[in-house]
Amino acid sequence: MKKPTFSPLFLLICKKAVFYIATYFVALSLIFLIIRLMPGNPVEQLVARLVAGRHSGQTFVGVDKLYWQFITEFGLDRPILDQFYVYMQNMLTFNFGVSISAYPSSVIAIITGSLPWSFLVLFPSIIVGFVVGNYLGAVAASKKGILDNVVFNTSLLLSNVPYYCLAFIMRYIFAFLYPLFPIGQGYSLGHAGFSLTPEWIVDYLHHYALPFLSLVLINVGGQAIGMRVMMIYELNSDYYVYSKQLGLSEGKLTNYAYRNAMLPQITGLALSFGTIFGGSLITEIVFNYPGIGLTLYQAILEQDYPLIQGCFAMITLTTLLANFLMDILYAFIDPRIKAVYSGEKK
Amino acid sequence: MGILLFFVLLAGIAPWFTPDPKAMTVARWNPPSLERLLGTDLFGRDVFSLFVNGLSMSLIIGVLAGLIATFVGVAIGAVAGYRGGIVDEILMSATNVMLVIPALALLIVLAAFLKMRNEFLMSAIIGFTSWPWTARSIRSQTLSLKSREFIELSKMSGLSEIRIVFQDVLPNMFSYVFMCFALQMANGILSETALSMVGLGPTDVVTLGQMLRWALLWETVRLGYWWVFVPVTVAVTLITTSLLLINTGMDEMFNPRMRKL
Repeated sequence: MKKPTFSPLFLLICKKAVFYIATYFVALSLIFLIIRLMPGNPVEQLVARLVAGRHSGQTFVGVDKLYWQFITEFGLDRPILDQFYVYMQNMLTFNFGVSISAYPSSVIAIITGSLPWSFLVLFPSIIVGFVVGNYLGAVAASKKGILDNVVFNTSLLLSNVPYYCLAFIMRYIFAFLYPLFPIGQGYSLGHAGFSLTPEWIVDYLHHYALPFLSLVLINVGGQAIGMRVMMIYELNSDYYVYSKQLGLSEGKLTNYAYRNAMLPQITGLALSFGTIFGGSLITEIVFNYPGIGLTLYQAILEQDYPLIQGCFAMITLTTLLANFLMDILYAFIDPRIKAVYSGEKK
Repeated sequence: MGILLFFVLLAGIAPWFTPDPKAMTVARWNPPSLERLLGTDLFGRDVFSLFVNGLSMSLIIGVLAGLIATFVGVAIGAVAGYRGGIVDEILMSATNVMLVIPALALLIVLAAFLKMRNEFLMSAIIGFTSWPWTARSIRSQTLSLKSREFIELSKMSGLSEIRIVFQDVLPNMFSYVFMCFALQMANGILSETALSMVGLGPTDVVTLGQMLRWALLWETVRLGYWWVFVPVTVAVTLITTSLLLINTGMDEMFNPRMRKL
């Protein structure tokens, strides 16, 4: 048995983990600060809403009592540091409280109900967009000529269309002018909930197509442009020219260049993940697709602060987790980092 | 460049000649005609008039948010890059933390807790959440400038650090700062539109995002009233694209190595 030593790679992962955990803390603290520093009293609003919700037949006698009950329930009469401690404890245990707009259900239940819908659109579209975009960009850069022109200009246009604009246009063209796809929502009426019958899956995919496509198109555009620039850079680099003169086969050369150009692309993807996630939230709203974006939208319309807060925490957590995974993946892919951290290179 | 100029002129001049955007008429959902260039909406308001007014407001917010973000980003990036050491470490970890927190989600929470939102407040919160990109790139620019001879010379002649940063470092990357501003302005317009679309925009003025919000709420896509949302989507796309093209164009102009590509 070898003595259990910590490999440098493991330490790198730990370092990254600490950074992301700290970031999550900062994000949560920011929200705490925002809520506390904002003018206006959320409890007042909450009570007002609850009272307004009680229609005729009930008396308003207990308003004052209700107010103070909430104050103690939320711990607002305690010192600020105590409040912060309780808040953090709740946030870290996913105890986001009770939704105001969907009163009896807890915030976390609503979020876990919508999160899978988002993930099913988000991650496949990123992966497909990344693969297709990189392939197109690389081909465009190495083939040059008309193909390059077409790919470059289309990608430039696509990557610059804001998410919501593309969603609007796609929805108008493919669901209204040419009704190939349903105009919104995640499933037909009467097909609610997850089930794995063939009809349900077909129905699901049918609704899935447009939001998915509009996200993929934008990702493809952005990736293709980045890849093209990186590829051109690699194709003009000394090692490439030298190897070419040595007579290496075209395929092998392109492969080398491709692998080198790939690395910055992955970093780019990791950094832009937050933006892509944000874009997918907006896309969901336009397509009325029942993911976390739509939940957030409805929470805003209903002024459901606990739900907004919970959505923010989950979105941030997802983004940070994805970034963390990407960093680890990067360490494994990049031969330089791998060599340094696994001790091959001293 | 031309595209941007066109929209700026349109936003600057057209509102003087169009009817009051808030005036409601009985002509609801009229398609575009010569009299009403972009038709009317649910309340019979003139969409073209709303559009040009919204356009100017969106451009203003974009410029303001861009200015704030660029200013904060440049200040943090330049100080971090120039001072180095522990200051750099602290500022850059703050930047990295802000960079990975999803800006849009943070913006939504910020805006949701603000009761009254006017265009200046909007620009401020957008600006203060989008500076990290600028800070990062300005820092690396500063690092590369820092070791040049003329900076050394200024140092030897005993100028204060603040003076060196503001008189020697920043003017030498003015073009670069402007490029950052173009990007930030595009980002500002995009953020404003996204925020307004979910109903968290400025509360008392018309913006492009506000128009998209109405388009969404009234299910105009389902009804096929294209004149309500097509002009807005096209305008936002073209403006942000032209800003990005200005950015890359300047990049090529100032960076001869890129020009060859």
